[in-house]
Amino acid sequence: MQTMPPALEVNDLTVAYRDKPVLWDVDLQVPTGVLMAVVGPNGAGKTTLIKAVMGLMQPAAGSVQVFGEPAGRQQVRRIGYVPQRTSVDWDFPTSVRDVVAMGRYNRGGLWRRADRRDAERVARALATVDMEDLADRQISELSGGQQQRVFLARALVQDSDLYLMDEPFQGVDAVTEQSMVAVLRRLQEQGRTVLAVHHDLRTAPAYFDWVALLNVRLIASGPMATAFSECNLRETFGGSAPEWTTPPATTAA
Amino acid sequence: METFLQFLNDYTLRNVLLGTAWIGVVGGSLGTFAFLRRQSLLGDVISHATLPGVVLAFLAWQRRDIGVLMVGAAGTGLLATALIQVVDTRTNIKRDGAMGVALAVFFGVGVLLLSMIQNLPTASQAGLDKFIFGQAAALVQSDVTVLLVVGGVVLVVLLLLWRELKIITFDPDFARATGFRVTILEGGIVTLIVGTTVMGLQTVGVILMSAMLIAPAAAARQWTDRLSIMVLIAAVVGGASGAAGAAVSAFGPQIPTGPVVVLVLTALVLVSLFLGRKRGLVWHWRRQRRSRKLADPNTVLGALGALESAHAGTVRGHPKAVVRMAVGQSAQVGQALAALRKAGLADEHDGDWSLTERGRSEAVRLARDQRG
Repeated sequence: MQTMPPALEVNDLTVAYRDKPVLWDVDLQVPTGVLMAVVGPNGAGKTTLIKAVMGLMQPAAGSVQVFGEPAGRQQVRRIGYVPQRTSVDWDFPTSVRDVVAMGRYNRGGLWRRADRRDAERVARALATVDMEDLADRQISELSGGQQQRVFLARALVQDSDLYLMDEPFQGVDAVTEQSMVAVLRRLQEQGRTVLAVHHDLRTAPAYFDWVALLNVRLIASGPMATAFSECNLRETFGGSAPEWTTPPATTAA
Repeated sequence: METFLQFLNDYTLRNVLLGTAWIGVVGGSLGTFAFLRRQSLLGDVISHATLPGVVLAFLAWQRRDIGVLMVGAAGTGLLATALIQVVDTRTNIKRDGAMGVALAVFFGVGVLLLSMIQNLPTASQAGLDKFIFGQAAALVQSDVTVLLVVGGVVLVVLLLLWRELKIITFDPDFARATGFRVTILEGGIVTLIVGTTVMGLQTVGVILMSAMLIAPAAAARQWTDRLSIMVLIAAVVGGASGAAGAAVSAFGPQIPTGPVVVLVLTALVLVSLFLGRKRGLVWHWRRQRRSRKLADPNTVLGALGALESAHAGTVRGHPKAVVRMAVGQSAQVGQALAALRKAGLADEHDGDWSLTERGRSEAVRLARDQRG
């Protein structure tokens, strides 16, 4: 039997910002069908890793392969993206439904308008994240957790095989967090792969089954049971491991 | 009344009205995107930067034909945006600094060139200085045709690229991540802004044309939460202001069109800011007043009790604003606090509220009742 290529393979990835390395020589394999958390202190390059894989940042060196093929415009459909909630202006004049529909804007050319299938797909995604009641709400009226769910729904309608999420639980209350985790689990049951930046070390082992520990360099990655060791955590967060308790809800650089 | 009918029948005035209103329609529509992309200042730079292009085109072709002048204007307008981009990415000067410098330099060169050609023997150079503040009365039939074509192209491109423009304006990273060629599309938007700006040179003038892009959008935003409706309202506001400005300035040859248009626009923006159905201040105040329910004295008592036990021994009292936040829901706590004081449960010193002995035991009892 032919071995399946990993959903994501990052080789020798180095990303620099003004000659200062943000990511240094990162090798990372994300097997197909896992839920992998990316953890690390602020400024560890977690967002940069996601952005470099998405092609939003130009790496100084290294390569990214998605399902065995070099990442590029052909692979775009296979990757779903949940950016940081704070990366957009929520005062934009549009509705929840409209934002979710953007996940399907890349299907079809200049003349193609959204059809009924798109509309159904959007409605289904909104139901999945419990937002159907707010579908026609103006987006500036949403709470942080609702914004986060809108972004998740937008990624769901992308119908991708690999999902990259940048702090999908940031600003989300506990109940919503549980329902969002259930959505991630369902993605996994459908054979999809999720790589998500996660801030809360206490919940990471419960939500995810694989982990990557990042601090500019990749400290360790693998199944939660082996990679999420105290030794690796200490190396990632520094000797005192100050983030064992609730980490501050700051955005990573 | 008769003069008004005459006025409408007048061939020149009809051109002037139609042309300026059309500029407003196109400016308002496209300006909505410039406004939402926070590129308001960019529009200002572009319009100022068109002046040297106008003069250079006139020198090169020796014609005062609006098509020719628009080509020159678009040239220096685009050059300015390219320079800003280079300075922004290649030097440590920030974008706003680059824009400020570009505006001053290009406009300065334009004014310099303008004063130089005043001394040339060509008789027809007269009137180029009108480009600074605009003179709608100078529009002739062929000019209006050019305006209709250029504006038509801008609007068609806008409609064709609607989804693209929407997604790169709201979330450029997501657009790029889903395969849109964001850099090219952003260049397209800037080109459309340049195209729209040069339309208004002759009638509105280079200094005030950027208002034609931004003000209609600012007014429209107050009335709607829908992008498509916002573009429509902005188009109507722009068109009406353009027509009104042209009409007023047509009555007296000494009245420049641009400033009149801007005054009309400003009035519409002000009215919208106060009365706009979606975000106008008047509605906002009303909503705020209505949502600000009066807080229940018992709730306030409980909140004060919780505040005091959280700060036991460190802080003696808490300002009203803190009590309000502790109660939550932006409730009005003033009357409740006064009632508590009257009942001898709370007291105020120098603006800080604290519980009396009796109030404290009452708060404890309340908390116990709620738990049990």
